[in-house]
Amino acid sequence: MTTSTTAAATHGAPLVRRSLLQRIVRNPLGLGTSIFLFLVLAIAILAPVISGFDPAATDTDNLMVGPGGAHILGTDSAGRDILARLFFGAQTTLISAVVVVVTAVSIGVPTGLIAGYYGGKFDGVASWMANMLMSLPSIIVLLAVSAAFGPSILISMFVFGILITPSFFRITRTAVMSVRNELYVDAARVSGLSDLRIISKHIFTVVRAPIIIQSAMISGIAISIQSGLEFLGLGDTSMISWGVMLNEGFRNIFINPMLVLWPGIVISLTIGSFALLGNALRDALEDTQKLSSKSKKVAAAAQAEVDHSAAPADAASHLLSVSKLSVGYPQGDGSLKKVVSDVSFHVDKGEVLGIVGESGSGKSQTAFSILGLLPGNAKIATGHIVFDGNELVSTGEGAISQKAMTQFRGKRIAYIPQEPMSNLDPAFTIGYQLVRPMTEVLGVSKKEAKARALKLLDMVGINNPERVFKSYPHEVSGGMAQRVLIAGAVSCEPDLLIADEPTTALDVTVQAEVLDLLRDLQKRLGMGMVLVTHNFGVVADLADRVVVMQYGRVVETGEVREILRSPKEEYTQVLLSSMLEGKTPMTMLTGNAKEQ
Amino acid sequence: MIAFIARRFGSGALLLLIISTIAYFLMFFSASNVAMNILGEDATSEAILAKQQELGLNLPIFERYWAWLTHAVTGDFGISWFTNEEIVETILGRLPITMTLVIGAILIAAVLATILGMTAAVKGGGIDRLVQFLAIAGFAVPNFVVAIFLVTLFAINLALLPATGWVPIEEDPAQWFLSLVLPTSALVLATVASAAQQIRSAIKAVLEKDWVRTLTSRGIPRREILFKHVLRSAAPAGLTVLSLQFVGMLGGAVIIESIFALPGLGSLAVESTSKGDTPVVMGVVVFTVVIVILVNLVVDLINGWLNPKVRV
Repeated sequence: MTTSTTAAATHGAPLVRRSLLQRIVRNPLGLGTSIFLFLVLAIAILAPVISGFDPAATDTDNLMVGPGGAHILGTDSAGRDILARLFFGAQTTLISAVVVVVTAVSIGVPTGLIAGYYGGKFDGVASWMANMLMSLPSIIVLLAVSAAFGPSILISMFVFGILITPSFFRITRTAVMSVRNELYVDAARVSGLSDLRIISKHIFTVVRAPIIIQSAMISGIAISIQSGLEFLGLGDTSMISWGVMLNEGFRNIFINPMLVLWPGIVISLTIGSFALLGNALRDALEDTQKLSSKSKKVAAAAQAEVDHSAAPADAASHLLSVSKLSVGYPQGDGSLKKVVSDVSFHVDKGEVLGIVGESGSGKSQTAFSILGLLPGNAKIATGHIVFDGNELVSTGEGAISQKAMTQFRGKRIAYIPQEPMSNLDPAFTIGYQLVRPMTEVLGVSKKEAKARALKLLDMVGINNPERVFKSYPHEVSGGMAQRVLIAGAVSCEPDLLIADEPTTALDVTVQAEVLDLLRDLQKRLGMGMVLVTHNFGVVADLADRVVVMQYGRVVETGEVREILRSPKEEYTQVLLSSMLEGKTPMTMLTGNAKEQ
Repeated sequence: MIAFIARRFGSGALLLLIISTIAYFLMFFSASNVAMNILGEDATSEAILAKQQELGLNLPIFERYWAWLTHAVTGDFGISWFTNEEIVETILGRLPITMTLVIGAILIAAVLATILGMTAAVKGGGIDRLVQFLAIAGFAVPNFVVAIFLVTLFAINLALLPATGWVPIEEDPAQWFLSLVLPTSALVLATVASAAQQIRSAIKAVLEKDWVRTLTSRGIPRREILFKHVLRSAAPAGLTVLSLQFVGMLGGAVIIESIFALPGLGSLAVESTSKGDTPVVMGVVVFTVVIVILVNLVVDLINGWLNPKVRV
């Protein structure tokens, strides 16, 4: 909730100004709910004109008349016209929603702005009070209030507005805190704008969108609470409202169940419309491109235009053969945005292949394809991946068969990730995360797996394997965690190791050690290896052959020595020269595709 | 750990003090007619004055509040102005009914919401859209409207279940169970969808973690990753969602108990507030807030225990 609303805040703010109304109206859900709520508003305003009957006039000759006739929806137990009462009830409903939202916004937003902008003691006290209000069952408080001040719906709704204030306070505070230290706010501060100006000019625009969305949701909750109070008989009986109608209907439910039907329906429709309007507002403000069923068909069509060629004949002779692989993500307009295009390469037993490229070159996506671990929405458009004679992916399948993959994962193809700390489950010990794959994949006993795990930890250069075995991931350093992940990857002695930037997240001194370890293990176990990196230095150090990628395509392939000595492509030369200057490749050449 | 619990009890006590003070002063406004309410419309003004004296209504508000507070901290909430029953006894007699209802409902809702949320997050597609739709529907239809429709359908049209009333379990376990079906269902139906949607988001967030991919690459079966690792990591968020739903259900029980004529805490709250029975209202408020504080404390403790970084 908070993250999505924050996202709405940062992306949505400028859109509010431009065409919020247009965006909502273009969304069928937004249009429908807007029309319905506008109708409710119109009925509430025009109730005295359009009703035809006095909603309070009793008619003892026409008690509980059924629908049809002069009374379109019939009459209640006192002979009052149900339709007229529904019309007038809309007034009470909308007034209640307005009172609650106005109260909650006018308290919650300023306090949230101050707490988020200044922090400190005020933030502490305000947050404590917000938590306190949140933890109260509001209906109990409202009961006490109605006992104290009598059945006034306005007072009850005012108090409920106070009780619900934390929802606005929290949203505002979170949104403000997320932008407080943004550069443009700093710039405004440096240029001497007063805090008041900054808050009203720069920060308020950020919180406006989430407040609008929240207001729609709170309106729905307010109506629910208000009709609930009236249903309990704690409302103002002199006022006509849907909750009172429910109450009267429920008392006569054995005689005429229809009496509860109408107010029940209009209450639910109105609350539901506010909720859906909130969703439509969120979609409009976040400008999410949702896949309509139509665009999905186009995406499927885009995917179908594939060649039906077989895997190359020599595929089985290599440990791993990737041919003509294309990976893409379906877009809102139905096209397939390719992040990997027509990529082919192979790896032999005991060989190290480096895949080099900048962020967004598609090298990680290529690696994940081999593992069958692409994100759920990714599609393999074309290509073949053959591992040791087994076809993992063939053209037209679109995705890798997870069942086929499970017999290889861990056992024959293993993976070393980039970020050590985020790749261990924080809730389980390192020992467990080493032992469990071995008992699953190798079928060894827990005891044997533990002995192997300790040996592995020792082998990857961890001084105190027993202690690390018992540790949780947060208790070890990044370098140590990466050694643990390497130990896990080689634990079942795979034939192929996929290492995705295995040293990027580490300190420079640790990098060299980890590279030494990888080289040593690769030699000792005779593994084939795909080494994904942006660093030509790492490739020069470890790889036998290299594939250079840019914008999802292979730029150049060859023996490492040859490419280092005489790169043919300009892009390779740029990458190389950046290495020689001792820098990581410049990102100016980076495409707009974001690397996963 | 002990310091944490002590701190929480401290802030809980402070919260309780503030809430009860506000509630007491609110009730002060409603106490003006209470003597006449007790004695009836025809009571003489002398009798009313005597009653007011007996209840201490002639004393200054601060003095009355102080008397109430000093008794309350010793666990003495006094007697009802209307029935002369011991308030603690009344509440303890009614508490099990509300707790049976709310705890039963939250457990069922938790299981259903977890299954629905997990399926929606993992499978996506139709079931995902269904959960989103149900969440809106659950939000749109207030629990008392759900209850009314359940009564209309199952008690009146189909005559399968009792519409109202409460049978103690020691009297007739089968009837006890039947008398709980509709009220519990009403509470569950009104909360399960929105809880499922929030649990779905929590699980989706965990599914995107890098370590899920790494565990998969190690050859751990998908089902084990989902039910052992993902569920474990999503548990704190899920528990927080459910604890908020629990507080919501305590409020919901007020209306539900009135509809189904269940003699629980909620219907006691409605009866005593409408009569202006200050000591009973105060007792209900204090007990409710204590329950809420305890639930939040337990959830925080479980979440702390689940998180190895905090665990001691």
